[in-house]
Amino acid sequence: LDQIPAVIVDGIFYAAWLFVAAVGMTLIYGVMKIVNITHGSFYALGAYAAASFTGAWFAHGYPPMLSYAVLLASAVIITLVFAPLIERGILRFMYAKDESVILLITYALFLILEDVIKLIWGVDPYFIAQPYGLLGSFDVAGLSYPTYNLILVGIAIVSGAGLTLLLRGTRIGKLLRTVIHDPETSRAMGINVGRFYLITFTFGSMLAAIGGAFTAPTVSVVPGLGVEVVVLAFAVVVIGGLGSLPGAALGAIIVGLVRSAAIHYAPQVELFVIYFVMALVLAFRPRGLFSLAEPRRI
Amino acid sequence: MNRDRTLPILGAILLALVVAGPLLPKWVLFLVTIALAKGLVALGLLLLLRAGLMSFGQALYYCIGAYAAGALGRLFNIGDMLLQMVVGALVAALVAFVLGFLLARYRGIFFGLLSLALSMILYGLLVKSEALGSTDGFNILRSTIFGIRPVENWVRYVVVIVGCVVAFFATALVYRYLNTPLGRLAPAIKDNEIRVEYMGTSVRNAIHVIYVIAGALAGIGGALAATTVGHIDPDMAYWTTSGEFIFITILAGTGSVIAPFLGALIFGIIQTVAYNVSPNTWQMTLGTALLLVIVFLPDGLWSLFRRRKVA
Repeated sequence: LDQIPAVIVDGIFYAAWLFVAAVGMTLIYGVMKIVNITHGSFYALGAYAAASFTGAWFAHGYPPMLSYAVLLASAVIITLVFAPLIERGILRFMYAKDESVILLITYALFLILEDVIKLIWGVDPYFIAQPYGLLGSFDVAGLSYPTYNLILVGIAIVSGAGLTLLLRGTRIGKLLRTVIHDPETSRAMGINVGRFYLITFTFGSMLAAIGGAFTAPTVSVVPGLGVEVVVLAFAVVVIGGLGSLPGAALGAIIVGLVRSAAIHYAPQVELFVIYFVMALVLAFRPRGLFSLAEPRRI
Repeated sequence: MNRDRTLPILGAILLALVVAGPLLPKWVLFLVTIALAKGLVALGLLLLLRAGLMSFGQALYYCIGAYAAGALGRLFNIGDMLLQMVVGALVAALVAFVLGFLLARYRGIFFGLLSLALSMILYGLLVKSEALGSTDGFNILRSTIFGIRPVENWVRYVVVIVGCVVAFFATALVYRYLNTPLGRLAPAIKDNEIRVEYMGTSVRNAIHVIYVIAGALAGIGGALAATTVGHIDPDMAYWTTSGEFIFITILAGTGSVIAPFLGALIFGIIQTVAYNVSPNTWQMTLGTALLLVIVFLPDGLWSLFRRRKVA
């Protein structure tokens, strides 16, 4: 029982990571109706770019405190290179196809990107631990945590709140919601739907890359990094409801707390519980916890 | 259409393998056996796909079949190939029967995601169960047939032939099933469920039946793969394995019951050749092939044969 504070703190850190890794996926599904497997590739791309750029930054002896800006910048740059290429070059010709078929197409792209990463960065692991240790640590209930973990919590809050404000409060957000509701009519009313898709895909992928970039200092960056992220992000997004922002937040918190509780009390079910929750939600509320009731189609 | 000649063609392929088998190098026999195993799984996916359902978690039954074969060896010290495949099919079918009550209610992306979640549950369990070797898995008993251990040089050949015979009968059964009223229902379900219901048939039951058959086929495939490789691990249930099966099914197309085996063989060849030529780009080759097929041959490679027939 005395482990409860640790469970909660660990759960929050893990939830923040999950949210950053998954929110882009729910955004892309919400707008474009694409279940996007390349999301994991962008996570890995972000991690690799961060490892390269930040590694070079430290090798040149530039001010270490600015390395956090470099982490962010590398995620942004690498996404701006790859995401528009994929959306404009391939995906935009596929929107007419069935949801499951588009999923397969992103799976094919995922396979291709896995090897693109190997071609660019090789198969050896990269380590950039410096940003992780730089900030020291803080104590909660007698346990010490690296302050670095708070950065991801900050990113999660900023991205979640920012997206919500953007969608609810701005002209662009209004237009985007129109596109979500009815792309055909939006197009007829003169909204450039293609551009919204491009921006959404780039921005959603960028969030994955940022998640990868800020995780890079805490792990060794190796091939196959994105493979696990794909299913975890699926689980989070499905639990909350595909395409729902508050859903993704709720899903991340549930999965985060459940996993951290499992690690503390019953380590052998750590992975099992995540997907068990996912299956449970699908069984009782297939459209996720944050969905409105929808009339049965058949 | 070459529907009527499907079974003779299959028989001819079987016969050709029996005759040519001893002449082929061992790695080819290995490739063929694995292609058979994966083809069986893809055959199940084909049945589901005909009803408009895409399962992203068929690795669940593949893995169950493999671990059932492994359990036979561990618990009863049985390494008999045929028995392994039968038990693999039965256990997988049983699990599919139970889960089918849940899954038969789902369509589209939700069917796929739920089956994905279920396969990942099994993965999560296996990875953490030390009795079953966690992430390393365990070796399974050396293959025997009717209690006899084939001579070392002939093991691969015997496994291929046994696998082929089993696959032949399974495929023949599926072929027969497709020509029953229940089997012909699948494309109708895909086209318009409401009409099927109005005609007085239960769509849910039909899908449940298909799901169990697909599970059993994947179970056979898993057991065959297990006895061929001699080792099983939790990765057999991971989502990337399911991805492979879907890849094969889409590559082959749903035009014929032979197509999945052809697809699996081509998949194996691409994988082996691309891996040998350049180990860091074989996934890229696979991904590109998949993209090209989806864009230019939406009905899979099998549609190439059919088009030629029409012309």
